[in-house]
Amino acid sequence: MDVIISFCTALVALLICLQVTVLLLWIERKGSALIQDRVGANRANLFGGLLPFNLGIVNTMMADPLKLLTKEDIVPAAADRLLHWLAPWVAVFPLFLTFAVVPFGDVIVVGGREINLQAVALSGGILFVLAMVSLGVYGVIVGGWASNSRYAFLGSVRGSAQMISYEIAMGLALVSVVLTYGTLDLQEIARLQGRLMWGVVPAWGVFYQPIAFVLLFIAGIAESKRAPFDLPEAESELVAGFQTEYSGSKMSMFMMSDFIEVAIIAALTTTLFFGGWQVPFLYRDGFHFPGGLTVAIPSLIVTLLQIVSFLVKVFVFCWIQILIRWSLPRLRYDQLMAFGWKKLLPVGLANVAASAVLGLLLEGWTRT
Amino acid sequence: MDPDVILFWVVAVLSVASALTAVLHRNPVYCALALVMALFQVAVMFVALDAHLIALLQVIVYAGAIVVLFLFVIMLLSLEPDAPPRGRYGMRAASIMIAVVLGVEIGTAALISEPGAPFRVPFDFGSTRMVAQSLFTEHLLPFELTSVLLLVAMIGAVVMARRRA
Amino acid sequence: MQAPVNYYLVLAAILFAIGAFGVLLRRNVIVILMSVELMLNAVNVTFVALARKAQSVDGQVIVFFVMTVAAAEVAIGLAIILANFAQRRTVNADEIGLLRW
Repeated sequence: MDVIISFCTALVALLICLQVTVLLLWIERKGSALIQDRVGANRANLFGGLLPFNLGIVNTMMADPLKLLTKEDIVPAAADRLLHWLAPWVAVFPLFLTFAVVPFGDVIVVGGREINLQAVALSGGILFVLAMVSLGVYGVIVGGWASNSRYAFLGSVRGSAQMISYEIAMGLALVSVVLTYGTLDLQEIARLQGRLMWGVVPAWGVFYQPIAFVLLFIAGIAESKRAPFDLPEAESELVAGFQTEYSGSKMSMFMMSDFIEVAIIAALTTTLFFGGWQVPFLYRDGFHFPGGLTVAIPSLIVTLLQIVSFLVKVFVFCWIQILIRWSLPRLRYDQLMAFGWKKLLPVGLANVAASAVLGLLLEGWTRT
Repeated sequence: MDPDVILFWVVAVLSVASALTAVLHRNPVYCALALVMALFQVAVMFVALDAHLIALLQVIVYAGAIVVLFLFVIMLLSLEPDAPPRGRYGMRAASIMIAVVLGVEIGTAALISEPGAPFRVPFDFGSTRMVAQSLFTEHLLPFELTSVLLLVAMIGAVVMARRRA
Repeated sequence: MQAPVNYYLVLAAILFAIGAFGVLLRRNVIVILMSVELMLNAVNVTFVALARKAQSVDGQVIVFFVMTVAAAEVAIGLAIILANFAQRRTVNADEIGLLRW
């Protein structure tokens, strides 16, 4: 029975990951069109005119994947065939695994059992996320090396150097979060954000660690090599960086890894800083507003509300990342590296020191 | 068959195979990737031995940073696959013999040691809390010395890699 | 139930032997360094297995330090190899033997 439950929660986590990724494809194309005051992709249609509206969805979610999957898979003659095939898998697989520790709800009470809505309840959840993000570098390295081409090689070296530099800033932001909450388990951190500060304001992480939030968000965007940090794969600079020699389904896997990382950064930010699945004033038995008003709600509806709140927050942060991508100019590579090492790293260290000092001075700062 | 024992045999076969690939393959990039596989198997062994924090640290530090460093250097030097070895049969025979003797010796020492009473460990053995408690109280001095060591290593690496203008 | 701890000790011994084999056999200094890392990992497995046998976390703390020292050593070792390569253009241990030319 336990095995079936674990299987179901893992399946749900995987489905959330995949659905968010696919929807992001559409949101990115239509959203960027909105920002740039144009219409976006709207030419594809089903069976020659079946749908009269919203053709963007048909374009991005049906035509694009179909096109990518049916394209010829070209491997350069001098490329290393095994590594060329391996790189997209290594790029995508650790990112899927990261969703195993993200909590998408509190508990669901089914037939007298409380099922924790988290695929794997690891006590070292944050370290697991850091480990999987570290493994994402291999996709870039192996992809660039296997292509045996100059653009790919340069893009790969730059991309992997950028990724390992911003991992440090991300790690420091995570360290301050762990210092604040005293636990590495993501579900525990989400639960601890359910209290109220001064009886009114929900105790979300962003109020305790605003600097860490900004740090994690920026480092996360840099880690996923999205603009403004996307010089390693910028189209006008390096053709497509380490992805240059990839086509067809392998290219689609690299693109998927890009969007999965957007989803991961969004999920991580909501869980650590914005309460995860917490709805303000909602507890397991209903709403308890500060004025004294109480609304009782059946537990399944509570769970549904929490899952919806989680998904809404994830989409908000995905949208913010898309906004940032289409608004800001690209950073030059030396500016990028200087920013990571000389600006983010000292800020991260200072934040850790300040969090540690504050944690000592205000005893049980967050755990009251 | 017990799932833990099946896991052990799978991990054993995979780790020995990837370790052999790592030391024998001609292409250094394949050696590095086989090393990543071997280090992953070691992380799985750590989990099976109730060392959860150390397993995660193994993936973050070894598989996620050290081997990336190896691959960086291999890429930057643009190393070609090694030429097949010419001659040197004496050295090859000697190294095989030494390795076999070493392995048999340590393995026998391990096998003839007493299995001891069936030991149960507390539920959070090897968790972050327990390791941290031991690390920051009993072993505080080595911890601080290790941080100094890392600082020295960083300074040394930066100084050596600097281009002499 | 768990696989007997002695099995892990034997596996660690085999990995150590393979690492030693690599150090003695290969001439590419980067692969030699990788074999040294393999040996260090085998030692880590031994420490963790014995920690479980002795029911004390001290073995895992030692592994923590071994990992840190190994990271520092790899960084310095690779920096040395890079500096050497800049001069001699080779990573073959046979050709780096002499101190000059």
